[in-house]
Amino acid sequence: MADRPLKVLIAKPGLDGHDRGAKVLARGLRDEGFEVVYTGLRQTPEMVVAAALQEDVDVIGLSILSGAHMTLLPRVCALLREQGLDDVLVVAGGIIPDDDVMALGATGIARVFGPGTTIAEVADFLRANARRADRA
Amino acid sequence: MSDPATAARAGDRRALARLLTAVENRTPAAEAALRVLYPYAGRAHLVGITGAPGTGKSTLVAALIEEVRRGGRSVAVVAVDPTSPITGGAILGDRVRMQARATDPDVFIRSMASRGHAGGLAAASVTAAAVLDAVGFEVVFLETVGTGQSEVEVAAAADTTVVVEAPEMGDEIQAIKAGLLEVADLVVVNKGDRPGAQRAAAQLRAMLSAGVAPARPGRPAPKRPEVLITTATTGEGVAELLAATERHRARQLADGDDRTRLARAEAELMAALEHRLRARLRDPRRLAAGEAALRAIADHVLDPYTAADRLLATLAPE
Ligand SMILES: Nc1nc2c(ncn2[C@@H]2O[C@H](COP(=O)(O)OP(=O)(O)OP(=O)(O)O)[C@@H](O)[C@H]2O)c(=O)[nH]1
Ligand SMILES: [Mg+2]
Repeated sequence: MADRPLKVLIAKPGLDGHDRGAKVLARGLRDEGFEVVYTGLRQTPEMVVAAALQEDVDVIGLSILSGAHMTLLPRVCALLREQGLDDVLVVAGGIIPDDDVMALGATGIARVFGPGTTIAEVADFLRANARRADRA
Repeated sequence: MSDPATAARAGDRRALARLLTAVENRTPAAEAALRVLYPYAGRAHLVGITGAPGTGKSTLVAALIEEVRRGGRSVAVVAVDPTSPITGGAILGDRVRMQARATDPDVFIRSMASRGHAGGLAAASVTAAAVLDAVGFEVVFLETVGTGQSEVEVAAAADTTVVVEAPEMGDEIQAIKAGLLEVADLVVVNKGDRPGAQRAAAQLRAMLSAGVAPARPGRPAPKRPEVLITTATTGEGVAELLAATERHRARQLADGDDRTRLARAEAELMAALEHRLRARLRDPRRLAAGEAALRAIADHVLDPYTAADRLLATLAPE
């Protein structure tokens, strides 16, 4: 079904307790026609990956502010590979230094969206890059 | 690799998740899997949870999951949220209340958007519940917002239907309430920690003992649902609620009450028939006949029933 909406998981790993940005993104993507599963604050990489698996999402969006991005984000990607979820597109949002962005790319984060990114940019990137291979 | 149905039954959660997507999209792969799985379904206790927005349904399901797990049983959830009719998008926000159990291997939570398929919603979510049942989950909760007809039908298709209220609900909810209460096997006043919970429960008990809908010949006797109070955020009253759902189920089985199961089967059959009929009408060889019929009705050359009979006649052989 080509016209099936893309399903996106929005999660906020790490310990910092505020998710306004994640919620704005969730609503924005809903308005762009995505089905958005919101899992909320303080998610461990294990919780994110379990949710992605059960929900069979096409995309995972990780919102992160805590500075722990260099441990949490690669951990999510490693767990995804372990579970055979390699085909899920993983993107991140937050204030992440350029050097780290490069390193994250190598671990499996397809794109890091910095401050000032519009919802439309995110939506276009996801539509262009989410793969829905072998979907019977 | 083994087929998805067999893999899902063997405990492969990824295969299960993909199968549920196929069910949602009503693909041929889903039909093939259902043929394998259907004989294994029918054992789980299917519990529908519905009620007005924000009454605490998801928080209550999370608390019920804890209670079911305490008893050592496995549990799955299908949580339906509305699709925006304008954008086709949806926020599936029920899961956020249940994430604490995300990594428990005996818990499986699946969110679904209602996708605006009239009547098909019940089919897709009830079929999803049947798949979860067939792969061995012992309790399956089906959460829907009780504001649309099809959403209420989903919850009503369960073995046990729980309608959730909250004390602060104003008069504007009364209309929804009456329609909802008709399908309730149990009524819960959640947010028992809020002022007015006891009073709301008393009012509901008075209202329900007077009968929600008058008895009518040829119709099942109106239900007389028990009213319970819970505080989902603390777990207060939740063990009692789970026990009440089990009593309801036990009574249903003891009475040999087949009405719920037959009603559910009817909904599934009608949805499947509609699906097949639509598919056959979309067949390129029939497209011209279908368009001619539309034109004839629009121009008032033919009435819709005669046109339908003629189309059906072309369908008969195959
Ligand atoms: N005080 C109090 N608040 C509660 C209780 N149960 C739920 N809530 C709160 O009510 C709000 C809505 O809870 P949800 O569980 O999301 O309600 P819902 O009925 O699933 O909402 P929708 O799916 O959006 O219709 C949240 O802020 C909960 O924390 C309760 O027993 N007491
Ligand atoms: Mg909810």
